[in-house]
Amino acid sequence: MVLVPLLGAAIALTLARRPRLQRLISIIALAVVLVIGVILLVTVDRSGTLVVEVGGWPAPFGIVLVVDRLSALMVVVSALVLLAVLIFSVGQGLADGDDETPVSIYYPTYLILATGVCNAFIAGDLFNLYVGFEILLVSSYVLLTLGGTRARISAGTTYIVVSLVSSMLFLASIAMIYAAVGTVNIAQISVRMGEIPVDVQILLQIMLLVAFGIKAAVFPLSFWLPDSYPTAPAPVTAVFAGLLTKVGVYAIIRAETLIFPGSELNPALMVVALLTMVVGVLGAVAQADIKRLLSFTLVSHIGYMILGVSLGTAAGTSAAIYYVVHHIIVQTTLFLGAGLIERIGGSTSITRLGGLLRLSPVIAILFFIPALNLGGIPPFSGFIGKLALFQAAAEQDTVLAWVLIGAGALVSLLTLYALMRVWNLAFWRPADDVKDYQSSLLTNLSEAPGGGTTQATRSVPRLMISATAGMVAVSVALTVFAGPLFGLADRAGSDLEGPEHYVGAVLGEVPDD
Amino acid sequence: MSVSLVLLVIMAVLYACGIYLMLERSMTRVLLGFLLVGNATNLLIIIVAGAAGSAPIVTDGVDAEQMTDPLPEALILTAIVITFGVSAFLLALIYRSWRLARQDVVQDDADDVAMRSGVAIRGEAGAAESDTEFGTRARAAVSSARDLEADDEDAAEVGRQEDDRYEGEEPP
Repeated sequence: MVLVPLLGAAIALTLARRPRLQRLISIIALAVVLVIGVILLVTVDRSGTLVVEVGGWPAPFGIVLVVDRLSALMVVVSALVLLAVLIFSVGQGLADGDDETPVSIYYPTYLILATGVCNAFIAGDLFNLYVGFEILLVSSYVLLTLGGTRARISAGTTYIVVSLVSSMLFLASIAMIYAAVGTVNIAQISVRMGEIPVDVQILLQIMLLVAFGIKAAVFPLSFWLPDSYPTAPAPVTAVFAGLLTKVGVYAIIRAETLIFPGSELNPALMVVALLTMVVGVLGAVAQADIKRLLSFTLVSHIGYMILGVSLGTAAGTSAAIYYVVHHIIVQTTLFLGAGLIERIGGSTSITRLGGLLRLSPVIAILFFIPALNLGGIPPFSGFIGKLALFQAAAEQDTVLAWVLIGAGALVSLLTLYALMRVWNLAFWRPADDVKDYQSSLLTNLSEAPGGGTTQATRSVPRLMISATAGMVAVSVALTVFAGPLFGLADRAGSDLEGPEHYVGAVLGEVPDD
Repeated sequence: MSVSLVLLVIMAVLYACGIYLMLERSMTRVLLGFLLVGNATNLLIIIVAGAAGSAPIVTDGVDAEQMTDPLPEALILTAIVITFGVSAFLLALIYRSWRLARQDVVQDDADDVAMRSGVAIRGEAGAAESDTEFGTRARAAVSSARDLEADDEDAAEVGRQEDDRYEGEEPP
């Protein structure tokens, strides 16, 4: 699972001079990961959590990899997204002569990113989680600064320094947890955490939450995201937006359900979720550049997931899990759509785009469906996810929960407004209406590398379209198969309701010490 | 669990200096601060291992209670390797940033500047100002007007053209 992309990366690196073979190997490696992920998901769903003890040491001492329903589901979804984005970028590379993703390290780095993501999802102890984070972060630094242009170096600097701080904080909190409970195995931590004083628990929880919160871009810690994501090449941004923040959310889910179940910080977390949603979407409404706008909606929708987690009930957790799955797919699709728009329109600034509907109706539809989906229009999965979240919140029946429901509804309306503004201006508006705005505020808001005035239309390779179409199809399938999928999320959520299930699977039995 | 006071004090000083340095605008200082904070964290892990003891090799006659806890050492090794790799990458990044812009100060984000000063930026922040920034528009402007600016001896301009040439050389 972890090894396949890593081996693929090694092979791809040795084949640096033969780009075609490199692409082939990358695609094969990710396809294998996807297949393994699906097999794991089915097995885990049928027969319960799988535990692998790496190196043969028994559970509390050696390194364990744990795959429960949540991990398996996340691995499947991320493998799917990684594969689709890879195909998209291959298509782009073939068409452009690789000017966006130039160097031969792109595919190996991408595979290492996949390694890190998978490792983080199946890690059974905190330190392994840290290593997984580092693997994916370091490869994301490379992907973000790829090509070394000025904008990317500048954005990359912010991103890297912020991530470094969060990693150091994570490492320090691992050390503190080790000092407090004498283990880094998540299952054993969750057994022993109850025995230490409450204030120490809260201190550890805050440290972990801040570390994960920076990665997940939760509100007060989310400032770095809209600055750094939009400068990367479109496929890279898509995969960052889809996956990297979700790894942070995953870690928060794990920490909240296993290490600190039923904690006293949940109301605080709910307030944070509220602020994340509102501030994120207000930022999105103000933006004129599609990629930046999407980055802000990304931040705002992280708030929904945190809301689900902070409820602290099985219903909340399973709604959050479904929402994470939905959001990974939809957000990635939207960023891919933005990449397509950038190709045909030559810009991602909605003040400069227009008349794209006539130019390419296919892309218009490919952008329209996930946009509606993200806004939570009824037939789509965004609606189902939000409905489940609101139901779970309504069950709590506190004032704060109702405020959150109201804010959530408002935020989804605003999201819809922001995205429809993009659609209206970029696709619906006749091309003649586009005035060349001289306002340098608007010029400054555009972040598209190379996006000067509207360029001549370039043809969009079929591979890019089909990768995006595939993602749209998957997002629609999330609606069609919402029943079984939600059942799965439900079971995953109820697994996580108490730590006993996870602990029992890892340690064999719940020890009494 | 007994803890060495010296280690604690060293850790605190390292953390303090590291965080202070990381708050600087100069990238090199941020890197140094990162190294200090990284080492402070490693020390923290050593400290949580408790008092030092004999080597953790199981032989007859050595009580397990007297051994050093081996796990934190394994953690530190991994952490050191990761810190090392990341700082190498940061150094490369700083060098690149220096070649591009001849400065290693973190710039204000162009969009933030635009937001702060509102539309009024139109007049005063002319092309010359924003060209020295890391903004993307600078590149966009250049790709259409590279030859016109070839004579410009401004260091920032040179850096940017190096950047362009670099891109041109990349293999297809």
